[in-house]
Amino acid sequence: MKKDLSLNDGTPTEGTTGSGTLGESLRSQGVSRRSFMKFCATTASMMALPPSMIPLIANALENAMRPSVIWLSFQECTGCTESLTRAHSPTVESLIFESISLDYHHTLQAASGEAAEAAREAAMEENFGNYLLVVDGSIPLDNPGYSTIAGISNLDMLTESAKGAAAIIAVGTCATYGGIPHANPNPTGAVSVKDIIKDKRIINVPGCPPIPVVITGVLAHYLTFGSIPELDHIGRPKAFYGQSIHDRCYRRPFYDKGQFAETFDDEGAKKGWCLFKLGCRGPTTYNACATTKWNNGTSFPIESGHPCLGCSEPDFWDGGGFYKALSMPTEDISKTAVYTVAGAAAAGAVIGALNRGKKSNSDKIHIKTTIDDLRK
Amino acid sequence: MTEIELLSWARGPGLQIATVIFVAGVVIRIFEIFMLGRKANLAEAKGGEMSGGLKTMITRTIPDRTTFKRSSVTIVSGYIFHIGLFIVCFLSAPHILFLKDIIGFGWPSLPTPVIDAFAVVTIIAMLATLVNRLTNKVMRYLTNFEDLLTWFITFLPLVTGYLAFHRIGMTAPTLLAVHILSVELLLIIFPFTKLMHAFTLFIARWYNGAISGYRGVAS
Repeated sequence: MKKDLSLNDGTPTEGTTGSGTLGESLRSQGVSRRSFMKFCATTASMMALPPSMIPLIANALENAMRPSVIWLSFQECTGCTESLTRAHSPTVESLIFESISLDYHHTLQAASGEAAEAAREAAMEENFGNYLLVVDGSIPLDNPGYSTIAGISNLDMLTESAKGAAAIIAVGTCATYGGIPHANPNPTGAVSVKDIIKDKRIINVPGCPPIPVVITGVLAHYLTFGSIPELDHIGRPKAFYGQSIHDRCYRRPFYDKGQFAETFDDEGAKKGWCLFKLGCRGPTTYNACATTKWNNGTSFPIESGHPCLGCSEPDFWDGGGFYKALSMPTEDISKTAVYTVAGAAAAGAVIGALNRGKKSNSDKIHIKTTIDDLRK
Repeated sequence: MTEIELLSWARGPGLQIATVIFVAGVVIRIFEIFMLGRKANLAEAKGGEMSGGLKTMITRTIPDRTTFKRSSVTIVSGYIFHIGLFIVCFLSAPHILFLKDIIGFGWPSLPTPVIDAFAVVTIIAMLATLVNRLTNKVMRYLTNFEDLLTWFITFLPLVTGYLAFHRIGMTAPTLLAVHILSVELLLIIFPFTKLMHAFTLFIARWYNGAISGYRGVAS
C-alpha cells in the first residue's frame, strides 16, 4: 500500500509493539488517510451505524492507545488464527491487528518456553484491568493434563489471565460453545469460556473459523466505544450475527420458487439453485458469511456450491447429518413406523378378539325380560 | 439444553416417541372398529352394499342446500381450513422432504409464497370456526373440552410453522424446534381424540351408505 504523503506526516513510530496511538502506528506503516477512512466507513456499515459515526470511529481509532492483547489458544486447530492471518499484507484489517499490542500469541509470537510465559505475565501485570483477553479453543475439564501450555493447565491459565482482563473475546466455536472438542461423546470434558468465567464481559465471536473482518470489527468496536457491542442471547454481536444466512442468501429466490439442487452434480446444482435439500443449515444459522463473505469478499460456502454447516451455532457438530435437509428426521422413522404397525396390528387383533369375546359372553348371559316379568 | 440440542431432540427421539404413539394408537383403534363386526342382516337385499356405500362417500361430502343454509359458516370455514391444512401439510417443500424420508417417495411442491398465503387463509378460517363455535348458542352448548383441545392442537403447528418460516419472536432453531414439537403433540393426541375422524370418516360414510344400499333406499 502506497503512503499518502499529503495526509501523512510520515513520522515513523517504533515498530508494532509498545506504546503509541493507533493512528501513529498506522501512519508509520504507510496507511493513507483515505484507506483508513474507508476502513472506518466499512466498519460503521458492518456494525449498522449511521454515517455520522464514521468520524467518531476514525477519531477514536486514531487516538486509541494500542491496547495490550493476550491471545490464549487451548483445545483448537489454529483455524481461527489462520482465518485472521488470511487478512494478511497489507489489508487494513491486518494492520489494525498488528497495531494493537499483541503481547502473547502462541502461534504468532517468536518467543517460546519461559520467555513467552514471562511476556504474558509482564503484560498482565503492566496492564492489569485494561488488557483484552482473546481466547480460541475449548477448555478440558475431565483431566487438566489433556491440554497444557508450559505445564499450566488450560483452566488455570484462563482463570488467571481473566482476572485482570477488561473484556474477553471468545473467538471461534470451540471457545464460544465448546465446538468440535465438545461434540458427542466429548472425551475431554471440553467446555467454553463462558462456562468457566462468570464475572467478566465476554463477547462470543463464533464460527469454524470466524470471518476475519468480524474479529477485527469487534476489536474496532471495542477500541471506538470502549464498550462491548450489543450482543444476542448467546453472546454474539448483533451487528454481525443479527440475521440468518438463509435470509441474506443470494440463492433464497430459488428456495421460494421451489427450485432445489437434488445432488451435487445435477442440473439444479449447475444452475446454482437452493441447497436446502442437500442439508443447508442456512435457515437456522446466524452469521455474516452471506454479506461480508470470505477471502476479501470473494465468496462464501453456499456460493461455491456447498450447503452451510451452521458452524456459528452451538452444538452444530451434533445437530444431525450435514447432508440431511433440516426438515428431515435425524433418525430412522420408517423402521420405527413399520415395527409399530406390526406390533400394533398384533395387539389390535388381540384386543379385538377380547372385545368380541366380551360381546358374545354378554349375549349369552343376557336374560330376556317378558311382559309377564313386568306384570309381576 | 441449547437450541440446536432441542431441535435435534425434536427431529430424533421426540419424533420417534410421537410416531410410536400415533401409529400404534391409530392401528389398534382401526382394528378394534373392524373387529367389532356386524350382525348378519337376515332381510332380503334390495340393492348393493358396495354401490350404496361408495355413493354416500361422495354425496355426504357435498353439503345439501338445507344443511348449507343452516350452518353455512361451519361448512365454509370447515372446508377452507381442511383444504388449506392439506395444501400446507402436503405441498410445502420441507414437508414433502420430511415425508419422503419416511415413506421413500416425494412429489412436486408449491412455491413458498403460495404456501404462505394458504397458511394465512387457513389460520383465519380456523379462527372463524372457533368464533362461530363460541358465539353460536347451540354450538357453544354442544362444545366440550375435547373440541377446544383438538382445535388448539391443530392450530398450534399452523401458527408455529408460520412464525418459523418468517422467524418471528424467537431465533430460527428454537422456532423450528417448537414447530416440530407442536406437530409431535398433534400426533400424540391424534388417536385418542376426535382427530381420528381423518381415518374413520370415510369408513363411517361407507357404512351408512351400505346400510341404505342394502335396503334399496337413498342415503
